[in-house]
Amino acid sequence: MRLQTATRIALYATLELAGNPENQITASAIAEKYGISINHLAKVMRDLGRAGVVESVRGAGGGFRFAGNAKRTTLMDVIQIFENVRGNARAPAREPGEATPAGQALRQVLDEIDAITEATLRSITLDTMFKLIQRQRQDAAGPAPG
Amino acid sequence: MDSAAESRAETAPVTLRDGREDDLPAVIALDARVTGLEKERYWRELYSRRGKELPFLVAEIAGPDGAARLAGFSIGEVRAWEFGSPPCGWVFALTVDPELRLGGIGSRLMDAIAERFREAGVKRMRTMLARDNHLLMAFFRSHGMMAGPYIELEKELD
Repeated sequence: MRLQTATRIALYATLELAGNPENQITASAIAEKYGISINHLAKVMRDLGRAGVVESVRGAGGGFRFAGNAKRTTLMDVIQIFENVRGNARAPAREPGEATPAGQALRQVLDEIDAITEATLRSITLDTMFKLIQRQRQDAAGPAPG
Repeated sequence: MDSAAESRAETAPVTLRDGREDDLPAVIALDARVTGLEKERYWRELYSRRGKELPFLVAEIAGPDGAARLAGFSIGEVRAWEFGSPPCGWVFALTVDPELRLGGIGSRLMDAIAERFREAGVKRMRTMLARDNHLLMAFFRSHGMMAGPYIELEKELD
């Protein structure tokens, strides 16, 4: 599956903030780290703030802070702020041919894919993502010399 | 979970040990409470086959009266070559009393059964669960489990 650019930016920003819960981090620092347009990130941060995922910190330095629980917040919680992962599941037929038996059979297959995608995204928390990120770091570093 | 139970789960010492026959009534009752189905024959049959390749572990905690009570259990088995799969440890069940969750008991059971599988000589463990049980799936994923190379298929028999 592909995620929209805004969704990917939101996930990077949320992971960055949730991974540093004691610190406030500026949007420009996040933008620089991930090579993201600051304007695009600013809009995403507004949406994340409205959804209660992050909160902005006023005062010296300013910045943002994660406002949730990394062990309870899943990838789906962030993604669904920006897009509908379940596609058109259970929505009335709206594409040409969807009401035909062939269209319904195709819908059945696509729903199966959507259900697996949803289960995956709803079961991976930010805390689990930190472990996956750490493993990526270790793989990138290669075996310890010895 | 009420705060008293939560506090008990976080502070009372938890003991892990091999399951015994006299644990079965409490195991069967906890499983029935969690799944809504009592499966006495299933558990007794599994218990009768327990051993190095079929670890059966229980977690105990001191109850309010000081007596040990079942807090959770896990059971699994090393299976080989079914579906073409090399030897692998299957976790059949890992259950924690709902009143004692969020206290790390499930993680201790998970680590313990993983260690038993290692001792039995396998390098991989596996489980299967309902796709919509996101909470349990999140638990297993938090322990590093990811989707494997197999997929379950089924059909209704007419």
